[in-house]
Amino acid sequence: MIDNRPHLLHSKYDVVVAGGGPAGLGAAMAARNAGAERVLVVDREAEAGGILLQCIHSGFGLHHLGQELTGPEYAQRILEQALDDGVDVLTNAYLLDIDNDQNLKLLSVDHGVSILDTRATVLAMGARERTRAAIRIPGARPAGVFTAGAAQRLVNLNGVLPGRRVVILGSGDIGLIMARRLTLEGVEVAGVFELMPYANGLSRNIVQCLHDFDIPLHLSTTVVEIHGRDRIDKVTVAPVDDHLTPVLSKAWEVPCDTLLVSVGLIPENELSRELRLRLDPTTSGPIVSSTMETSRDGVFACGNVVHIHDLVDFVSAEAELAGGHAGRFASGVRPPHDNVRLQPGANVAYCVPHTVTTDQPHTVYLRVRKPLEKSMLRLRDSEGAVVHERRLRYVVPAEMVTLKLRPGVLEGFQGDALQVEVMPR
Amino acid sequence: MTDDETTTYAYLCIGCPLGCRLEVDEDDQGDIIEIRGSSCRKGDRYAKQEHTDPRRNVTTTVAISGGIWPRLPVKTNGEIPKDQVLEACEELRRVRVQAPVKMGDVVLDNLLGTGCAVIATRDMPAID
Ligand SMILES: Cc1cc2nc3c(=O)[nH]c(=O)nc-3n(C[C@H](O)[C@H](O)[C@H](O)COP(=O)(O)OP(=O)(O)OC[C@H]3O[C@@H](n4cnc5c(N)ncnc54)[C@H](O)[C@@H]3O)c2cc1C
Ligand code: SF4
Repeated sequence: MIDNRPHLLHSKYDVVVAGGGPAGLGAAMAARNAGAERVLVVDREAEAGGILLQCIHSGFGLHHLGQELTGPEYAQRILEQALDDGVDVLTNAYLLDIDNDQNLKLLSVDHGVSILDTRATVLAMGARERTRAAIRIPGARPAGVFTAGAAQRLVNLNGVLPGRRVVILGSGDIGLIMARRLTLEGVEVAGVFELMPYANGLSRNIVQCLHDFDIPLHLSTTVVEIHGRDRIDKVTVAPVDDHLTPVLSKAWEVPCDTLLVSVGLIPENELSRELRLRLDPTTSGPIVSSTMETSRDGVFACGNVVHIHDLVDFVSAEAELAGGHAGRFASGVRPPHDNVRLQPGANVAYCVPHTVTTDQPHTVYLRVRKPLEKSMLRLRDSEGAVVHERRLRYVVPAEMVTLKLRPGVLEGFQGDALQVEVMPR
Repeated sequence: MTDDETTTYAYLCIGCPLGCRLEVDEDDQGDIIEIRGSSCRKGDRYAKQEHTDPRRNVTTTVAISGGIWPRLPVKTNGEIPKDQVLEACEELRRVRVQAPVKMGDVVLDNLLGTGCAVIATRDMPAID
C-alpha cells in the first residue's frame, strides 16, 4: 500500500498491536490519542490493511466515515491516518508469544527474532474461514476446492481465476460477493447452495450479486459428495429435510471444476489459546470486559478476533474503545472492575462485551440465533424481572444487533448478572 | 383496467435487511399503476428506480505492470445502467496500466459512453 517507511525497532513500547487490519490500525490510533508515546502495529503480511485489501467491492465506512468506500480505499485511509498519528507499522512480522511480564516475541523478515517489552498489548488478528464443512463432505479430495476468501484473494490480488465453472456452498456475504466477482471475470457460476431455509447474506447482495446475473440460489440444499480424480469434475447436491438431513433420493449432480465453500469465519485464536486467555465457546474469541480487556491484565482485543463483525464500521468503533483503554493502561490508569455479567438468553447466541458496569454507557453487540420480525430485546435479572427492554423491527442472524446502554438504564440494578433475550413481541 | 393489460414485476428491496418483496404493476403503455409490498417509502422509491432505470456501481480489477501486485482494484465514479455492467467488465479486461498509480487516478474515461470514469481504489507503488 503506502511505502512502509524503514524504521528502527525499539525494544520498549507503550502499546503493541498484533494485526494491521482495521481493528489493529484503529486501536493503535486510539492508543496514541489516549497518550501512549510509542505504539507499534505488527502484521504478518507485506502490507497492512487486513482482509479489506481483497474486498474490492464497496460497502465500507457508511457509518464510520459517512461515505461508502471500497475495502482498499477504507484500508488506505486508515493506514494513512495511523502513520500521520505517529503509529509505527512493521509488516512481514509475526507475533509469536507474550510472556507474563508482557515481553513479546516477534519474528520478522527485517529484524529476525526480537523480544519487545510493552506495557499493554492489543490482539487484532482478525478471523479465518471455516473449512470444517468442506472437510466433512464425503467423496474424493481432488484439487479445485477453495474457501471463498482464498478465491477472493487469488482473483483480486493475484489475478488468478480458480476455474471456469463454479459451485458455491453457503449463502453468506463472502460467497455472494464471490458469485458476482467471478461472473464479472467471465467465469460461469452454476449456483449457490444453502443448507438453511433462508439466505445468510444481506438482501442487497442477494439482488446485486445473484439476481442481477440470474444465478440460482437453492435454499435448504447442500453438497453431499465431491467427485473427480485430480480435479473436481462435479458435485452431488441434495435438498435437506426439517432436521437438515439430506434427502438422497432427491439428489442431483452439478458439473463444475471448482467448489467454493463459504460457511463463515472463525476468530484467529491460536495466539489467544497459547496465552491461555479465557475463550467464549460460541464466538471462539476471548472473553472481554467493557474495556475490551481479556482475562489477562493489560492484554486487550478487538475486531474479528473477538467476534465476527459484518460491518467494518463496528470494528473501527470497537477498536477505538480497546485502543483507548490500552493507551490509558500503559500510562497506569486502571478503571474499576465491571460488576455485571451479560448472559445470552433465549434466541441470543452471544453478547460482547461479556461484562459491563452499571455506571458507564456501553455498546453491547449481540447476535440472534433465528430471524424474527417485530421482536423485543429484554434484559432480565436472575429472578426473571425485566430490567430494560427495546423494540426491534426485525432481527436476522446475519446482522449484528447493537444495544446502546445509557448510564441511567442500569442505575439501581443490584444483581451481578443479566440475561439478554430477543423474543417475539 | 382489466387484468390482462397489467403485468406484474417482482423485486426484492435492498433498503434494509427486512428484504420486503415488492411488486410493480405496469399497464400496456409501460406506465406504473401500483407498487405493493413495501413497509416504508424507501421501498417504493427503490421499486420505481429498479423498474424504470436500474443502475449499479461497478468494482473490478484491471491489469497493472510493474506494481507490487499484478491487479489494480478500480471502481466507476458513478452508477452505470445495469445492463451495461457485463460489457463494462469485458472492456476493462482489455485495459492495462503502468505502476505507480495513486488512489483516485483515472484508469479509463467515459466508460462505454456512460459519462462515468473508472478510477483506482488504492495506491499501487512500483516494485523496486
Ligand atoms: C469477503 C468479505 C466481505 C466483507 N464485506 C464487507 C462490507 O461490504 N462492508 C463492511 O463494512 N464489512 C465487510 N466485511 C467485514 C470487514 O471487512 C471485517 O469485519 C474487518 O476487516 C475485520 O477487521 P479486523 O482488523 O478484525 O481483521 P482483518 O482485516 O482480518 O485483519 C487482521 C490482520 O491481522 C494479521 N495477523 C493475524 N495474525 C497475526 C499474527 N500472529 N501476527 C501478526 N499479524 C497477524 C493478518 O495478516 C491481518 O492483516 C467483509 C469481510 C469479508 C471477509
Ligand atoms: S421497503 Fe422499507 S422496510 Fe422493506 S426492505 Fe425496503 S427499506 Fe426495508
